[in-house]
Amino acid sequence: MMSTIATASASATPTTGPSRTARRGAGERPSWLATGLLMLGALYCLTPVAWVLVASTKSGAELFSTFTFTPSTHLFDNIAELSGYRDGLFWRWMLNTALYAGVGALASTLVSALAGFALAKYWFPGKRVVFNLLLAGVLVPGVVLAVPQYLLLAQVELTNTYWSVLLPSILSPYGIYLARIYTAAAVPDDVIEMARTEGAHDLRIFRVVAMPMMLPGLVTIFLFQFVAIWNNFLLPFIMLGDDRLFPLTVGLSGLLNQGASQPALYTLVVTGALLSIIPLIALFLTLQRYWRVDLAAGATKN
Amino acid sequence: MAATTTAPPIIHDQRRRRRRRAAVPYGFLAPAITLFLLFLALPIGYALYLSFRSVEMSGLGLGPASRAEVWAGLSNYSAALDDPEFLGSVGRILLYGTILVPTMIGLALMFALMLDSRRSRAKSFSRISIFLPYAVPSVIASLLWGFLYLPAVSPFHFAADKLGVGLPDILSARGVIFAVANIALWGGVGFNMVVLYTALKAIPTELYEAARLDGCGEIQIARRIKIPTIMPAVIMTTLFSMIATLQVFAEPTTLRPLTNTISTTWTPLMKVYRDAFTRDDIYSAAATSVILAVATFVVSFGFLRLVQRRAFEQER
Repeated sequence: MMSTIATASASATPTTGPSRTARRGAGERPSWLATGLLMLGALYCLTPVAWVLVASTKSGAELFSTFTFTPSTHLFDNIAELSGYRDGLFWRWMLNTALYAGVGALASTLVSALAGFALAKYWFPGKRVVFNLLLAGVLVPGVVLAVPQYLLLAQVELTNTYWSVLLPSILSPYGIYLARIYTAAAVPDDVIEMARTEGAHDLRIFRVVAMPMMLPGLVTIFLFQFVAIWNNFLLPFIMLGDDRLFPLTVGLSGLLNQGASQPALYTLVVTGALLSIIPLIALFLTLQRYWRVDLAAGATKN
Repeated sequence: MAATTTAPPIIHDQRRRRRRRAAVPYGFLAPAITLFLLFLALPIGYALYLSFRSVEMSGLGLGPASRAEVWAGLSNYSAALDDPEFLGSVGRILLYGTILVPTMIGLALMFALMLDSRRSRAKSFSRISIFLPYAVPSVIASLLWGFLYLPAVSPFHFAADKLGVGLPDILSARGVIFAVANIALWGGVGFNMVVLYTALKAIPTELYEAARLDGCGEIQIARRIKIPTIMPAVIMTTLFSMIATLQVFAEPTTLRPLTNTISTTWTPLMKVYRDAFTRDDIYSAAATSVILAVATFVVSFGFLRLVQRRAFEQER
C-alpha cells in the first residue's frame, strides 16, 4: 500500500524526465551571448533588492545624499527606530500579514483540496457547470468584487475586522483548478475503490488515502495562495480603517504617504520594506522545489 | 414510487445508501460553493444592481429623508462612458498594456529559451534571481523602485551628475507610464519565465535529436520546435498578463506620494476606488466596475476554453 502511494506521488511530479540530465551537452560550446543576457536579467531583478539592503543601513540624511550603493552603519538604529514607531506598530503589521496569509492560505488549501477531490474523482450532475463557474472566478476583476464586498460586509458589521480580509481571501479558483489536476494525476481510482470495498466512507478516504497523495500539490497551492494574500493590497486597503489591523502592504504604503510631509519617515519605510521581504524570500528559497508553475499542467503529461 | 414502500428493507437501505453516495461530492464542494455564492456571486449581483440605481435628491437635499434610491436605467453607464476621466484612464491603460505585455512576455520567453538551451551557463543562479521579484509584493516593489526613481537616489542620476549631463526625470508626466510599467515588468517577468520554462522542459528531448543531427543550431530549434510547441503556454501567460494589466492599482497608488503626475483617476481601478470611497458615489463606481468586468471577460473569453480542452483529457 505504501509503495503504491509513493510511486503515485512520484509519477504525479510533472516534467523532468530522465532524458533531461542528458540534455546538458558535455563539450557543447557555451554561448556567451545567452549567458550574458541571463546575467543582465538577473542583475536587473537583483538591483532593487540589493538597494534596499544597502539603503536600510543609511541614516535619513544619507538616504538622499550618498551614492545609491554606498552602505552605512545605521541598520540597527533604523530597525530600533522602526520598532519604536508607535509602540511597535510595524511588528503588528508583520503579525497581521502572517495571520492573513497563513490562516487564509491554510483554509484556502483545504477548501481547494475538498473541491478538487470531488471534481476529479466523482461524477455528478452539474459537475461541468460547477467547475466552470468556480474557474470563471479567476477572471473577475478584483475591484468588481471589492467594492460590493465592502458594502455587503458593512451591512453585517464585519468591515474593519480581521474577518473582512480573511473571508474573501479563502476561495481560490486557481487553487481548485490545481487541486483537480493533482488529484486526477496523483490519486489512482483503484486505490479509492479498494479503500471503499474495505468499508471506508468518503471523508475518511479523502483524509487518509487521498490527502497524503495530494500533499506535494497541496503545498504548491498553499504557497501560491500565501503569496497572493501576502501581496494583496486592494482588499485590505478597502476593508480596513484601523491601522492596527493593517497588513504590511497597506501599512507601509500609508507610511510612505505620510513621508511626503515628514521625510524622517522615509528611513522607516525603507527599513520596513527590507524586513517585510525577508520572510517571503526565505520561504521562497527554502521551498523552491514546490514552485511548480504549471498553468497547463495537463498539457505537460506525455 | 409504490415500489419503495413494498420493497424489502434491504433494497430500501441500498437505495438510501446510493442517495447518500450521490450527495457526497456536493458535500465536498459545499465550502467552495458557499464561499463562491457569498463572496463572488452575491457581490457581482449587488454590483449589477447598484449600477442601475442612483440617488435622487428632493427639496434642499438635506437630511436622510430627502435622499431616495431610485432606478436609474442605463444612465450610470452612459455617464461613465462619457466621462473624460474614465476614457482617459482607459486610454492610459491600453497604452500601458501595449508597452508592458509584449515586453514582459517577450523577455520571459527569451529567458526561458536561454535557460532551456544547453549552451547557457550559470542557469540556476539566473533562474532564481529572475524569479525572486515574484516574492516581493507589488506595493514593496513600487516602494523600492519609487525611491530608485528619485533623482537624489537614482544611480543613473548620480553617474550623470558626475559626468555633467542632465537626465530626464522618469517620474515626469511623460515618463511615469514607463516608471509604472517597469515595476510591473520587474515583478512579472520571472513568473512568466518559469511558466514558459516548465512548458519547455516537458517537450521530449527526442524531438530535438533529429534536428540536431540535421545540423540545426539552438536558435533554429527554438524557432522551429520549441516556440511552436509551447505556444499554448505563451498565449495563456499573455492573457493572464492582459487581465492583470486591466486591474493595475497597487503600483500607481503607492507611487502617488512620490510624484504629482499620477492623478486619483490614473487607472480605471483608481477611478472606481475614488468614486466609491472618496466621492461616496457607489452607483457610478459599480457601473464603471461592471464595464471593466465585461471588458475583461471579452478579452479572456478564449482563455477558459483553451485551458479546459488541454487540461482534463486524462480524466475519466
